[in-house]
Amino acid sequence: MSTIVNLRQMRVDQRGIIKTVAAQGELGRRIRDMGLVPGTEVTVIGRAPLKDPVALRLKGFTLTLRNSEADFITVELPEDDLD
Amino acid sequence: MTEAIATIALAGNPNAGKTTLFNALTGSRQHVGNYPGITVEKKEGFVDMPSGAVRVIDLPGTYSMTAYSQEELVARDFLVKERPQGIINVIDATSLERNLYLTVQFLELGIPVTLALNMVDALESKGIRIDSDRLADLMRLPVVRTVARSGLGVREALQAALTHPRKSWEPLSISYGPDLDPVLGEMTKLISGTGFLADTYPPRWLALKFLENDLVVRQLFEADYELHRRLRDMADEVARHCEKTLKTQPEFLIADYRYGYISSILRQGVLTVMPDLQGRADLSDKIDAVLTHQVAGPAIMLAILYGLFSVTFTLGEVPMGWVEAAFARLAELAGKMPPGLTRSLVIDGIIAGVGGVLGFVPLILIMFLGITFLEDSGYMARMAYMLDRVFRIFGLHGSSVVPFIISGGIPGGCAVPGVMAARTLRSPKEKLATLLTAPFMACGAKVPVFILLAAAFFPEHGARVMFLITLAGWAAALVAAKMMRSTIIRGPSTPFVMELPPYRMPTAMGLVLHTWERGWQYIRKAGTVILAIAVLIWAMMTFPGLPQEKAAPYEAEMSGIREQLQAETGEAARGELEASLAALELRLKEEALTHSLAGRLGQAIEPVTAWAGFDWRTNIALLGGIAAKEVIVSTLATAHSLSDAENSDFAGRIASAPGWNTSVAVSLMIFVLLYSPCFVTVVAIAREASWGWAAFSVVFNTAFAFALATATYQLGMSLGW
Repeated sequence: MSTIVNLRQMRVDQRGIIKTVAAQGELGRRIRDMGLVPGTEVTVIGRAPLKDPVALRLKGFTLTLRNSEADFITVELPEDDLD
Repeated sequence: MTEAIATIALAGNPNAGKTTLFNALTGSRQHVGNYPGITVEKKEGFVDMPSGAVRVIDLPGTYSMTAYSQEELVARDFLVKERPQGIINVIDATSLERNLYLTVQFLELGIPVTLALNMVDALESKGIRIDSDRLADLMRLPVVRTVARSGLGVREALQAALTHPRKSWEPLSISYGPDLDPVLGEMTKLISGTGFLADTYPPRWLALKFLENDLVVRQLFEADYELHRRLRDMADEVARHCEKTLKTQPEFLIADYRYGYISSILRQGVLTVMPDLQGRADLSDKIDAVLTHQVAGPAIMLAILYGLFSVTFTLGEVPMGWVEAAFARLAELAGKMPPGLTRSLVIDGIIAGVGGVLGFVPLILIMFLGITFLEDSGYMARMAYMLDRVFRIFGLHGSSVVPFIISGGIPGGCAVPGVMAARTLRSPKEKLATLLTAPFMACGAKVPVFILLAAAFFPEHGARVMFLITLAGWAAALVAAKMMRSTIIRGPSTPFVMELPPYRMPTAMGLVLHTWERGWQYIRKAGTVILAIAVLIWAMMTFPGLPQEKAAPYEAEMSGIREQLQAETGEAARGELEASLAALELRLKEEALTHSLAGRLGQAIEPVTAWAGFDWRTNIALLGGIAAKEVIVSTLATAHSLSDAENSDFAGRIASAPGWNTSVAVSLMIFVLLYSPCFVTVVAIAREASWGWAAFSVVFNTAFAFALATATYQLGMSLGW
């Protein structure tokens, strides 16, 4: 059984598949232009010193976004990653 | 100008190596300008190919072709309006999928595309092999492997673009799924039926953009009321349908399908993973583990900034000495001219004014070299990432750090390129707040004032004073930004969504070109604005001359002393006479200055500036400083009746001059740091924002600075500093 969590809740080094992207307007556009579309595998690779923004690895590059922006994205965690 | 046989545009994602490829192709045969009416840079150059000269345009780096940013609109407008023969789409092979997202949009527009597959070496070192022939077959376009840094394959890519098999525009048509394809087909038919904009845009592209809610395209259609209404009804209906059944919107569905199309191509054997090399951690990730570490990251950032600052001033001192010596020699030569107005103009006006600026050129160039290195290596993006949380508190964006640093966030920058660097901020509100506050930083032109006052009043603590001034600049910028963002430029923040490019060693050519672009802004200032201002200030301090009846008593007394001097032979008495002659000359000069236009202006505002502790002489220098901060020290020296030769002990003189004390010095440092940006910066602000905002910055900054300086002075006086 897999779990779906909000991107904000993911820990560093955790991996998952993007399930939904709820952002609208310019933010929605920018997020998708950068390749954050459903079905994409993402790994959280770090957080800024003040825990925000968050750095993600996807499609071979590193992307950063604020926690408030990550809130619009849900991620499906693989089954072996439940804790 | 060379007659070009063809125009080829370079396009691609930011950080894909597009500019490096452009530099490798054109070398120094390039020209940087602006697209008309907006502040997006337009770079073009010429390349000699066997078939003739080719004009190459470096389009702004973009991730997409929406109407959300100026860069994307510029790229799009250039392609459809100027119709280049083709584009070289520079692709970062390590993030192929995302890079191809833009490629698909070019193909949908129909322009012949040649792919320059860059950084294949970096991809292969990660253990992934790319079959470029397969990619070329599947996407039906020429693919050339390039290493832009070393120039490998660069001319071959241009040759491939020139001999592209397709000569005309043929839009690619991909499927957007069962929900959108039918309506897309109908809209396309409707548009091509009316022939609307048929010679500029492909009809299907227009239909797609209409569905994507592209405001610019929708506005185009408003010219045809009936067509617009029918298209809008169709778009609204499918949008309602998507919302109901899929809980999404057509524009997002389109993005999803585009990515789907790309991954379906890549799955057909384009990429091969070599398992034995997999799992090797990326070098950039390893570096980031240290450089953006929660504790070490900020500490290293401060160390890098401090290091850059001290290296600039240590290294810069030597060539700065050369330039200063050269100007001193020039002044000496000019001293051989017969005394009079012309000599005074050349020495006190031109040489002092321009020399003061050019003396700082080596320093500014070293500083910009360092900043450019931080930018091109990818570190600046990390600074934006680490500082975003802090900057957001003040209504700014992480990327605001770049304009701040260039403007003098590390003392020694220049606000002109700093204000221009604010272009990278996408939100107009954050950009405005950034470029209005960047001039608060301790730019190179203000530094001599701080050095002078620190030497005069805090001789033991020069470095600490400089450090505190720098902090004061940052604090003022952040506080003023917060004030503006919560009052006159209120508004939501822009999405942060930003790429952290892999760390790369910048190319020597890129470093030189980028440093020079910024340094040139500063040097040009010396030859034009500052020369004019220096002459103007000289004239204001010289005219109107002292009327004869006022000058006569001094001159009579002086010639009397001179006669005595000729008759006198005693050593001690001669010295006394010479001293009183010098004192008289000083008083005459002072009388003349008081009488001059500048002197009268300075005195007229003295009742007000006295609140902050500034006398009329300081006022003259500060008025000149509105034009260019560089002239403050030399004007102050002239106003204290000193020639340049005596500049060395100017600090000592100021310290003991009547009306000067520590409170005045601190108040003046704060005022100089914060008051009105110089003319050239004001013009830059006007170009990036508007003349209204430029005028605002003059008034607001001066009022802000004066309020703080007055408060400091009054507090200092009451504490008896």
